[in-house]
Amino acid sequence: MYAFDYQRPSFSQDAVSMMRSLEEPKLLAGGQTLLPTLKQRLAQPGTLVDLSRIPDLSGISVAGDVLRIGAMTRHAEVATSDLVHAHSPALAELAGMIGDPAVRNRGTIGGSLANNDPSADYPAAALALGATLVTDRRRLAASDFFRGLFETALEEDELILAVEFPKSGPAAYRKFRNPASRYAMAGVFVVRGADGVRVAVTGVGQEGVFRWKEAEAALTARFAPDALEGIALDPHTAMSDLHGDGAYRAQLTKVMARRAVEAIGG
Amino acid sequence: MTKISLTVNGKSVSAEVEPRTLLVQFLREKLLLTGTHVGCDTSQCGACVVHVDGSAVKSCTMLAVQADGARVTTIEGIAQGGVLHPMQEAFREHHGLQCGFCTPGMIMSALDMVNRLGPILDESAIRENLDGNLCRCTGYHNIVKAIAAGAAAMGANPTRAAAE
Repeated sequence: MYAFDYQRPSFSQDAVSMMRSLEEPKLLAGGQTLLPTLKQRLAQPGTLVDLSRIPDLSGISVAGDVLRIGAMTRHAEVATSDLVHAHSPALAELAGMIGDPAVRNRGTIGGSLANNDPSADYPAAALALGATLVTDRRRLAASDFFRGLFETALEEDELILAVEFPKSGPAAYRKFRNPASRYAMAGVFVVRGADGVRVAVTGVGQEGVFRWKEAEAALTARFAPDALEGIALDPHTAMSDLHGDGAYRAQLTKVMARRAVEAIGG
Repeated sequence: MTKISLTVNGKSVSAEVEPRTLLVQFLREKLLLTGTHVGCDTSQCGACVVHVDGSAVKSCTMLAVQADGARVTTIEGIAQGGVLHPMQEAFREHHGLQCGFCTPGMIMSALDMVNRLGPILDESAIRENLDGNLCRCTGYHNIVKAIAAGAAAMGANPTRAAAE
């Protein structure tokens, strides 16, 4: 790792001020992506601004129909939270499928969403469930938040405070994991809502997480695993790398979507 | 340099560290607690698992400065008075190791598993929760047996289970 300075603010406003005043600052959430990146010398921040001791950023609560998860809430907390299980059980299940137990004890929902890795799990849930990202200055719908590979609508000095999930219909997430990295080769989050079915896909798209509109239309018309039989994801829109080519990922997407529909009970 | 103070295996420790120092480097190179191993250095193998405030973490993927104020337990901190912890004893008894390189991380992950899931662990739960620990020698068979036995022994003797 290249050398860097370290700051650990106690208030989110101080973190935002540091992002404005320091040279080459970088926010540190759970560090499960950032620290490996630094170890490979793929980034060279001047200062890491550690968010872990800002109390307001952690915790899970429900107000009315809205589940609110603080940005620094660890995956393990989301996976085991009674509130999350009662409100959005598929979200708890997804959190329990990220990485491995030790990674889940460190990684955070805000860090995962802000990083927007094209194979990360949380973006699929945020997009399918219609989450709202609450930052220090505005509220962003998930549909406006993800902008491409590792790109989001966040400004350089903007901080996610929490993520809000509305109550949804029955939902399920299924993924085929890369056995080494545990990232999704294809991860599909299906929600059967009152106003239609939503299908969000991670690990596949060349531009990151996306909604598979064809599958949504087919499943809205008839919610059953074999409703997907006649449709296919265009393999040219899927990532191709040493782990699998576009055709393989497109096929995996369909299989994972079918399994998610089966899990919901189509 | 940044000053940190933490508790490691029950003892208070203060030191000046560079912010880029990894927790595992601090443990091994500053405190000479070399039981915690670095296998892959890419968060995959789990040889570096320690407990921070009671939860398993990969100490190659955490900075020492992030552990400021925390309570850290390493493999050196679980035996008491020269008597192996029941989980260590179970690894010995069931031959849950060959070269031994992954063993400290395996045992720390096993203890975390018992803390989270209780002392009655079936094979599939153990295998699923060993997701983040790699062993290149054993094929995992005896590790799984050892963890089931160690967990059961901790359940039968709760004072030792709480030794951590």
